[in-house]
Amino acid sequence: MSAASPVEVEPTRTPDEITVLAVPWVTIVWNDPVNLMSYVTYVFQKYFGYDKKKAEKLMLEVHEDGKSVVSSGSREEMERDVQAMHEYGLWATLDKQS
Amino acid sequence: MSGFTRHRRSKLLIATFTGFEADLLRSLAAQLVELLRNEAAVPRDDVDPLEAMMDFSGPTTEPDDPVLARLFPTAYPRDEESAAEFRRFTEGTLRDGKANAAITIIDGLEDAGLPPELTEEGLMIDVELDQPTAETWMRSFTDLRLALATRLEVEEGDEDYWHSLPDDDPRAQAHDIYDWVGYLQETLVQALSSR
Repeated sequence: MSAASPVEVEPTRTPDEITVLAVPWVTIVWNDPVNLMSYVTYVFQKYFGYDKKKAEKLMLEVHEDGKSVVSSGSREEMERDVQAMHEYGLWATLDKQS
Repeated sequence: MSGFTRHRRSKLLIATFTGFEADLLRSLAAQLVELLRNEAAVPRDDVDPLEAMMDFSGPTTEPDDPVLARLFPTAYPRDEESAAEFRRFTEGTLRDGKANAAITIIDGLEDAGLPPELTEEGLMIDVELDQPTAETWMRSFTDLRLALATRLEVEEGDEDYWHSLPDDDPRAQAHDIYDWVGYLQETLVQALSSR
């Protein structure tokens, strides 16, 4: 139990910082030698609702850089996203936003 | 072998398989179901048997089989405890989902006329799938390809190696099957993307 104490809003914190602090988790998809580029693009469009251009950009990041951050949000949301990626056979992990 | 297309009027995703191809696809899907169901969901032998029986939660450690380890990757590579928790709550559901998707393929082929034992020569199987069923097939094709690739130890850019193997090498034959499922998946993705 705790009693409410007077709260002062910190005037130095900008809205941007607050948003970043509220969504500190990311879903990362890693490259593998099996999944088709067309399939990975399809999954990003279908599951995340991204348009084709964004989905292709993320797919190419996975393919060329070995990984890509495909979504960010709360830890619970990212666990849902990672589970969904595993359903689709993509190799996904979650991590704190760096 | 023609792969999938979208039927212009009905919008269904259609493909024609020879009896041999349909039988092969069914056999791959059945093997995946067996693998998903056979390795105990809780493969620990270091716990008290009674305790193990009373434990209805999912596994917490990575599966021993490399195929299963790839199908159910570790979600938190740098945090063992969170990884175990995630696995406990997701792996059972994921296993059931993948097994059910493979069964959807088996049922689809049999509904389209594939008999339990393939005896008839010249049999052709016409498959017609609605959008959700086709997406389930597409998803399961990935699981089948991941399973084959893990067993074959497929790596990025190793096509030359596979082509260099003699035709009668069983690994070359298995790799041909892997390529074929990839072709089926590619044509299905393209057909699903077209309206």
